[in-house]
Amino acid sequence: MPLKKTPQVFSASIDTVTIGTGEKAVTLGGANVMPLYAFDAPIENKPALGLELSDAGYNAELPKLADFYAGAETLADQAKRAAALDGVDFVTITLNAADPTGENRSIEDCVAECKSVCETIDLPVAIQGCGNIEKDEQLFDALAEALQGENVLLLSAREENYKSIAAAAGLAYGQKLGAESAVDINLAKQLNVLITQLGVQPTSMVMNLGSAASGYGFEYVASTMDRVKSAALAQNDAMLQMPVVTPVADDAWSVKESIASEEDFPEWGPVEERGVQMEISTAAACLASGSDAVILRHPDSVATISALIAGLM
Amino acid sequence: MALKGLDIFKLTPKSNCKECGVPTCMAFSMKVAQGAIDISKCPHLSEDALAKLSEATAPLMKTLSIGAGEAEHKLGGETVLYRHEKKFVSRDLFAVTVNAQNFDEKWAETEKIDYERIGERMYVELLDLEYTGDVAAYAELAAKAKGTGRTLIIDTTDAEAARAALEVVAETKPLLNGANAENTEEFVALAKEFKVVLGVQGEDLDAIYDTIKAIEGKGYKDLVIDLGSASIKSAFENAVRVRRGALKGGDRSLGYPSIVNVAELAPGDLHMQQALASLFTVKYGSIVVLEQMTYAMALPLYGLRQNIYTDPQKPMTVEPGVYAINGADENAVCCTTVDFALTYFVVSGELERSGVPVNLIISDAGGYSVLTAWAAGKLSAGSISKFIADQGIDEKIKNHTLIIPGKVAVLKGELEQKLPDWKIVVAPNEATDLVKFLKDYAAA
Ligand code: SF4
Repeated sequence: MPLKKTPQVFSASIDTVTIGTGEKAVTLGGANVMPLYAFDAPIENKPALGLELSDAGYNAELPKLADFYAGAETLADQAKRAAALDGVDFVTITLNAADPTGENRSIEDCVAECKSVCETIDLPVAIQGCGNIEKDEQLFDALAEALQGENVLLLSAREENYKSIAAAAGLAYGQKLGAESAVDINLAKQLNVLITQLGVQPTSMVMNLGSAASGYGFEYVASTMDRVKSAALAQNDAMLQMPVVTPVADDAWSVKESIASEEDFPEWGPVEERGVQMEISTAAACLASGSDAVILRHPDSVATISALIAGLM
Repeated sequence: MALKGLDIFKLTPKSNCKECGVPTCMAFSMKVAQGAIDISKCPHLSEDALAKLSEATAPLMKTLSIGAGEAEHKLGGETVLYRHEKKFVSRDLFAVTVNAQNFDEKWAETEKIDYERIGERMYVELLDLEYTGDVAAYAELAAKAKGTGRTLIIDTTDAEAARAALEVVAETKPLLNGANAENTEEFVALAKEFKVVLGVQGEDLDAIYDTIKAIEGKGYKDLVIDLGSASIKSAFENAVRVRRGALKGGDRSLGYPSIVNVAELAPGDLHMQQALASLFTVKYGSIVVLEQMTYAMALPLYGLRQNIYTDPQKPMTVEPGVYAINGADENAVCCTTVDFALTYFVVSGELERSGVPVNLIISDAGGYSVLTAWAAGKLSAGSISKFIADQGIDEKIKNHTLIIPGKVAVLKGELEQKLPDWKIVVAPNEATDLVKFLKDYAAA
C-alpha cells in the first residue's frame, strides 16, 4: 500500500524579487512550500548563488583561489571569471577597501569600480558595503544613482542607516535593497515595516537575517529562519515574506578553522580545504533553514552547492 | 499525546460508579485527556482498552539505543519539527564506511578525529561495515571493528553475512541495516535472536513503508528507516516525509530514527558529502554515513551539530576558568569575558589571531552575552572580583593587568576599588578590533 502523501503547500508564498536585467536577470523567492521542499510543490525559482569578489583583492595565499583568478588584475577582470563559472547566478562585490578604518577608498573610486564591473558582465550584481554605517550610507546613495538601470542589489540597509538608502535605492533609482538585521525575527520585521513605510515595495527588497558559520551560533540563524519562513507561509505575514539572502562567505572564511595556519595545527590539514568545507557546510545549512540565495567566495564551494541545489530541485 | 476525552470515554464501562473519585466516566475521561488524573485510577478498564490507550499515549517517535557500555548512543525520541519549539533530544551520529579491504588504513585516519569542543567529545561514533561479498572476510572485519570500541553498523542485506558478523559482535549492540522486502523474514528473525535494532530499506518510501508494516506485524519495533540512496532529492524527501509523517501526521510506523548514507549519494566527493551531512544535520537525519571524516569536514560539521542540538532555552556555555591562550604563563596579561559560548569563541579566536599570550578569565555569567549579562547583573565588578578571589588568580598569575570588554567600560572604576592591586584596561567595543589592540598593547 503506498504511503499517503500529505504535501504541506501554503496559500501564502515568498515574494519574488528580480535582480539584474535582460536574459541573465535572476528572480529570487516565490516558493509556497518550506525551504527546499520541492517534493511538496514545484519550486519555480531555485535558490540562487552569488560569487563574492572584494575590492581589496582575493586571498592569493589560497592556491586554488589564486589559480582561479590568476592573471585577472582588475575587479572587472575577476568579475568576468566569476560570471563565467558554472553555477554562479550573480556576482557580489564587497567594498572592503571603503572602510574608513582601513584603506578608506573614496566614494568616487568605489562607484567607478562597481560601474566597470556592471559594464563588463551581464550577470546581476549585488554590492555589499564595508560595514561602516556612515560610509555605507554614502556609498549606497552614490551607487544607486550611478548604476541606474542595472537593477543591482545593495546589501544592506541597517536600522541605523536605512532611511537614505531606502530612499535612494528603493525609491529614487529603482534598485533592490537588502534589509539587514541581527538574527532576530522581531528586529527583521521591524526593519521591514520601517522600510516599507517609506514607500519601498516589498518586491524591491530582500532580507539579510544575519548569518553565522557552522559551529558559531548557527542555532540562532536556523531558528530565526525557521520562524521567519513559518510566519511568512503559515501566517501570511507580509512583512516577513521577502526572500532571504545570506552572505555566507564572510563568516565562513573568518573563523579560526578557516584561517589558522597548517603550521599551528598540522593535524587539521591545508587551510584552503578547511575554508571550503566550512563554507559548504554553512551554505548547505543556510539553504536547509531557508536562504533563497547564498553568497560564497570559493569556486569549489560554488560547484558543490550548485550541484546540491540542482539535486534537490 | 493528544488523545481526546471522547476516545477515552468510549473505552470506559460508562457506569459512572465513581470509584475513580470523579462523578462520571465522562468527567474522568476528560481529566485523563488533560493529564490531570492517571488512567489507572479506574479499576474497570479492560486490558484491551488499557493496551489501546497506552499505545495512543506512547510518544510519536521512538527512542532507541545502539552500542553498549560507553559506546551506547541514543537515537530518536524527537517531539518537534523545529528546534525553537523544544529542544532536539538525540543529536545525529556520524559513521564512516569501512570494508574488509580498506579497514586498517581507514581506521587509522578515522581514529585521528578526536577532540573536545565546549565540553563535548567530537569523534566518529560509528563504523559502517560494508559487505564486499565474502562472508568469512566480513566476520573478520566485524571482529577487527569491534576492537575499536566504536558502535558498529552491519551494513548488508545478505542474511548469511549478517549472521556471521552478528555472531562476533552482537553483544556490542550494533545496528543491523538492513531488512528489505525480500529478506524481511530472515532479518526479523536475526534481529530478534541477537536483540539488535534493525534498519529498513527499500527502493522507495512506499516499499520501505510496506516492509515496516510487515516487520511490525511480526512484533518487532526497534527499527531505523534507511532514507535510501536513489538520489539526493528522494533521500531528502524521505527524511522530511518520515519525520513529518510521524510528528505531524501521527503515523507511528514512521516514528523511527533515520539513517542516510551520503557516501552512496556522492561517492568520492567529500565536498558534496559535507554539504549533505550538513543538510541532514539540520533536517532530520539520525545517522549520517560518510566515506571519510577529515578535520576539514569534522570542524564545521560537529560545530553545526552542536549548535542545532543545543537547548533553545539555554544558551551554550563554556566552563568558567582561566584559559591560557598562545602559551600564556603567569606573566601574561589577563583578559575577561562572559561564559556565553559564542562570545568565548569569537573572543578567543581573535586573541589567538593576535599571537599575544593572554590569560582569558571566564567567569560564570549565566550564559549571556556581555551586555545582557551586565544588564541582568550577572557580570559586574563584584562577580569578576569574586571570581578572581575564589579561583586564587591573584596568586596564580603574577601579571595583574586585567583587560575588560569595551561594552562594560563602566565597570572600570568599581573594579579598581575592588581589585586595588590590579590595573584595569578597557578593550575596544568589538572583538574584531582586539587583534590590533593587543598587538599595540604588547608592543607598548
Ligand atoms: S471508576 Fe471507571 S467506571 Fe467508575 S466512574 Fe470512574 S471511569 Fe467510570
